[in-house]
Order: sequence, then C-alpha cells, then structure tokens
Amino acid sequence: MSDLAIQVKGLSKRFRIGKQDRYPTIRESLMRAAAVPLRAIRFWAAAQNTASADWIWALRDLDLEVKQGEVLGIVGRNGAGKSTFLKVLSGITEPTAGHADIYGRIGSLLEVGTGFHMELTGRENIFMNGALLGMRRHEIRRKFDEIVGFAETEKFIDTPVKHYSSGMYLRLAFAVAAHLDPEILIVDEVLAVGDIQFQRKCLGKMQEVSKSLGRTVLFVSHNMDAIQRLCSKCLLLENGELAAHGETSAVLAEYVSNDGRKAIANEWIDVSGTHRTGTGEVRFVAVQYSSLNESVAFQACSSGPLEFRLAIVSDSSRTIESLAVSILDASGKRLVNADTVLIGRSIQLCTGRNLVRLRIDKLHLNPGGYGVALWLANPRTARSARSVYDYVEFAFEMDVVPAVSEQFKLSPSAAVTCDFNLVDVTWQDEAEQESRQAVEMRETGPRTAL
Amino acid sequence: MQSSSHSTSEAMRAVGRPFARRQARPGWVAIDFAELWQYRELLVFYAIRDIKVRYKQTLLGAAWAILQPVLTMVVFSIFFGRLAGVPSDDVPYPIFAFCALLPWQLFAYALTQSSNSLVENRQMLTKVYFPRLIVPLASVLAGLVDFAIACVVLVGMTLYYDIVPGWGMLTLPFFTLLALAAALAVGLWLSALNVKYRDVRYAIPFLAQFWLFITPVAYSSTLVPDKWQILYGVNPMVGVVDGFRWALLGKTPPGPMLVVSMVATVLLLAGGLFFFRRMEKSLADII
Repeated sequence: MSDLAIQVKGLSKRFRIGKQDRYPTIRESLMRAAAVPLRAIRFWAAAQNTASADWIWALRDLDLEVKQGEVLGIVGRNGAGKSTFLKVLSGITEPTAGHADIYGRIGSLLEVGTGFHMELTGRENIFMNGALLGMRRHEIRRKFDEIVGFAETEKFIDTPVKHYSSGMYLRLAFAVAAHLDPEILIVDEVLAVGDIQFQRKCLGKMQEVSKSLGRTVLFVSHNMDAIQRLCSKCLLLENGELAAHGETSAVLAEYVSNDGRKAIANEWIDVSGTHRTGTGEVRFVAVQYSSLNESVAFQACSSGPLEFRLAIVSDSSRTIESLAVSILDASGKRLVNADTVLIGRSIQLCTGRNLVRLRIDKLHLNPGGYGVALWLANPRTARSARSVYDYVEFAFEMDVVPAVSEQFKLSPSAAVTCDFNLVDVTWQDEAEQESRQAVEMRETGPRTAL
Repeated sequence: MQSSSHSTSEAMRAVGRPFARRQARPGWVAIDFAELWQYRELLVFYAIRDIKVRYKQTLLGAAWAILQPVLTMVVFSIFFGRLAGVPSDDVPYPIFAFCALLPWQLFAYALTQSSNSLVENRQMLTKVYFPRLIVPLASVLAGLVDFAIACVVLVGMTLYYDIVPGWGMLTLPFFTLLALAAALAVGLWLSALNVKYRDVRYAIPFLAQFWLFITPVAYSSTLVPDKWQILYGVNPMVGVVDGFRWALLGKTPPGPMLVVSMVATVLLLAGGLFFFRRMEKSLADII
C-alpha cells in the first residue's frame, strides 16, 4: 500500500455528445424548463427524450494501480479516453462514478504554450507558468537559471515572447514544465511538436525525472518508439475501457494487432465511420485492395503488384492534386507512400461517388502485418491546413504474404527484392582488376503508377 | 508548499490514507479556502498579468485610466449639470460626478472583466487544474490599478475646488471593498453562466449601461422618493456611491440604504460563490 502512487477503482466518466456541439442559449434552456411540466403529462415523450439523448462513456470502470517510480505508458486510438483519464487524475474534470486516489503532488506537462501570454517577457512567463503549475515563487527563483539554461533563451529572457521564434517558445515552455518537481508527472502528447533534437532532449529529461529522481510518470503518446524506450509498464485503452495493462512490449503488441480491423483482400472495406481529420468536403467511404492474383486469394504479396480501389464521395466536382495511399509498419512509421503528387497526376472528381484505382507495381515489403493510411489534399493550391480534405490515419490493417515464385514454387529468403538490371559482363586483365566493376547493379526506388 | 506537503503526503502514505481523491462530488460544495490560499501566488500573478497586458501596445497607455472617467465627467457636467440642471447637493457638479464615477468605473470594469474571465481563459482551464475562483478574482483585483490612477485626478480636483475632506475619508477603503465585493458577486454569477450560455457576453455591455442609470452617478440619490429608498438600496452601488460622496464631500451621510446595500452584496456574493462552485464541476466539459 505504501508504495502506491495512484489507485483507481471503478473510474467512469460519461459525456453527453451530439447536442453539446453548440452552446445552448438561455432562451432554449428556458423553453426546455417550461416544457418540463408538459413532458411530465406526456409521459411517453419524456421517456423518448431520455432515450434519444446521446451519452457516451469516455471512461468505463477503470481499475488499476500505479506504483511509485513507475513510468506508465498509455496507448490507445484517438478518442479511446486517454486524455480524459489524465484530466480526471489531475482534477480538471470530475469522474461520473468511481474514484482515483492520488498519493503525492501531481503535475502536468502542459501542451506547449498553455498559459503563456504573448505580451509578457520570457521571465514573466516563467514565473506565471510556474505558478500555474503550482510552483511557489521561491521555488521558481531557485530553478530560474536552470530553466533558462535548459531552454537556451538567456539572451531573450526580457523580450516579450511574441518576438520569439517558435523553437525558442517551445523550449521555454517545456523547460518550465520539466523543472516542476511533482511526485507524479503527467505528460500528454507534448512530444508531437518540435524538431528531433528537441524531442530527444525532452525524452532525456523525462528519463532523468523518472530514473534518478524516482518520480512516477504517466506518459501518453502515439509515438510507440518513445513509449517503448521510456515506459516499463503500459496500459491500453479502448473505447474508454481498460483493454490491457502490463509489460510494455506485450501491451504494445496487443495494441498493434488488436487495433487493426484486419481486412479481407478483394472485398469492400467500409471506412466511412473511421476516425479521421480533414475538412470532409471530399472523403473516402470504402476501400478495396487486391494483388490481382487469385492463387493467393488476392492477398498482398511481397514484391508483387497491389491495387487499391478507392470509393470517394465529393461535395462538388473538383480537381485533387494529392491522393495518397500509405503503408505503415506496426509502430506507425510510414514505409511506402504512393502519392499522386509525386508523379504529377491530378484527379478529376465529380459530385457524388467516384471510384479511383491506384496500383503499386511492386510492393517492396517483407511479409507481415501493415496498416494503411489514406489521404486527400490540395497541398499546392491552398496553403492552410484547410487544404487537407480527408486523412484517415489508420484505415485498415492488411497482411503481406510471402511471394510465391511461379516457376520454382518456392519463396526466396525473407528479404525484399528490388528492381535491378544486369548491365553487362566484360572480361578483364588481372592488372586491371583493381578498378574492376564487372557487374553493376542499378537499383531504382519503388515505383508507383496510377 | 513542496516541502510541507511532501511531508504531509508522506505521513498520509504511512497511515495509508489518500493524499487526494478524485470522485464525483455532490451538487453543492463548500469553498475550499485552504486550497485558495495555497494558490494565492497564482492569484497575484494573474492580476499582475492582467494589469501588465492591459495597456500593452496602446498609444496612450495608462492615460486611458484617467481619460475615461475625466471625459465622462465632462460630458455629465455639460449635459446633466449645466443643461439639465440636475441638483448636486450644493457642491460643484464636476466633483460631485467624479466622486461617483471613481467607484463606478472600478465596479463596471471589474464586473465586465470577471464575467468574461472564464471563457477567455478556457484554454488554460481545460489543460491544468487550479482553483477556478482565482480567475474572476484576479480580474476584479486588476481593476484597482486604474482606480488608483484615477484617484490622483480626484486629489487634484479637491485642491482646485478647495474641498477638504474630513475624517470620513478614512472609510473610503471600506466603500472600495464594497464595490469590489459587489462586482465579484455579479462577476461570479455571470462568468459561470457565460460558460454555458454565451448570451452573457452580449448582455454585459447592456447590463453595465442599465446599471449606470439605476446608480446615483449623474444625479443624487436624494432625488429618489423616501418610500423607495430601501428598495433603491438593494443595488449595492447605491450604498457605495453615497458612501464615496459622503466620505469625500461630507454632505448627506449614508442612511439605512447602506445597510440594505451591504446585505444585498453579502447575499449576492454568497449565492455567487455557491453557484460558481456548482458550475465549476462541469466547467472543463462544457466550456
């Protein structure tokens, strides 16, 4: 009991969705209040009303314990309840049922820039943000030099942060939070921003906090690599429920395999309800993939061709510059990107449902499980983020099977083949052998075609 | 906090008791003054931030704090004092009006700022925990700086009109506090309502204007018939303005109206605190 940092019992959080999309006005509330006696008379109407109210459980019946000094990774898809869980723990929002006991001071590593004021100087913002995170003035003063040093902003410390470069801004924000000294540190996807060097620095700092200071860290990230490196234990949330909790590698494996809805080749996969970002003016509704090879049940083959059939619904007739199908590995790393912008082909879409076929001539991938991402955008004509129409980060998961050589009925070793040519063979003197280049292998990159 | 709370939490761990428990609270909750005290530095920082940021990138800067009441006084003096001939209790109309404008501007500013404070800081409120009461409280306190600057003008005016305030002047802090309490009381109600109903944002300028007319700023409260005086006092600013005029000009001492104003303020403030606490629970979910 004494070495516990967090104990969660039956924790649940319910949200109202749909109707909460816009802010109610006082008039509406008054009308609703006035309608109460009316509804009481018409009993069935009231019953109907409660039934139609959309409630979702952001967290449902969570039970878990976190030991002191543990670095716990939290993974799950968007909307699985990760952020809600952290918000409940830090007291920002109240659970609907159950409880979480926190043993020690809790501190959050804020999304970079929260609580910063553009008109104030770096120095003022450090104190301001420190106080926001629950640090005392003398505590901040003691760590002030260290914070400024970590952020590498000594020269500009008395300049309003609105004149900072985004990099400086970021470093300063992280530095304040990193020097906060809580017993339990909450880190919610803060590493998504910043350059690689900065990310490495942040990871190093977090490692230091947990290892040498013995702090408990809760770490939410989509970066599997970072989770694997930092966390000893991991928990997987799915639709607000605890799907797995244990050793990081085991949980991550489960997340990766469970997360995908493994799709059957040559059959339509409905992606209309899949989580996505973008304006939605043009959107993917269904996808089909096929290796065009009946002998392997149309499954994707290593080194074989792979065709995607994409059903796209558009609001209006328009030209799309960039339609891309990407193939990702288990950790979400993009391995193959077949983007029409790369071959300079734009696509003409009509209002309504369109069908696009896209073929990868040779799939240079080892056998295994892969994720597929879909993308629709006009990156050239519009510069803002609004130019992304549809981005399905994870549409479905597919298996790539070993290539079957038609002639030898035998698959080569588990290496990816590549496109190559035998240029020529010439005979050379022994004297000339020093500069020999008898056979030149020319490799070309993966080719894609529409 | 860190050293003391560390040892407390260690002690609590030893007896196996939780340091903090997150769970659903019943509808009405008391104010956690201890927690508020813990975060007092944040309150100060917020107020300082509001003050520092207020006149950043303005041409006239803090001169705005003088211009606003002075110009209002000039307009009032011309139209109400000179043209309409509103009686001003036998003191020159300009200083009669300015004595009232001083607390009025403090009240109006504090009320407006605190009512919008939660919505304006929503990014922070959904990302980090701290007692939410800090936010409207800091907005109210930030108004004191403008008030202090405008007070300088008042000193100049008393010298010009050769008015020597009596001992009653010592009660000014009390009336200032009453104005702040009234502004906070209304600000708590409105800021919490504003989270749910954005109508409040548009209602505030109208409310402030309306309130100005039911407060004896441009006229004397003695104009109100005796039988309505008690009801009139329900507006806390009636007590405040009468108090200011009495403390500075020493004419009519505030009567039973002041008691009514004080009671009204206390009730409004207590109600506001509880209403605010109730809304606080769901604040992060709906803001």
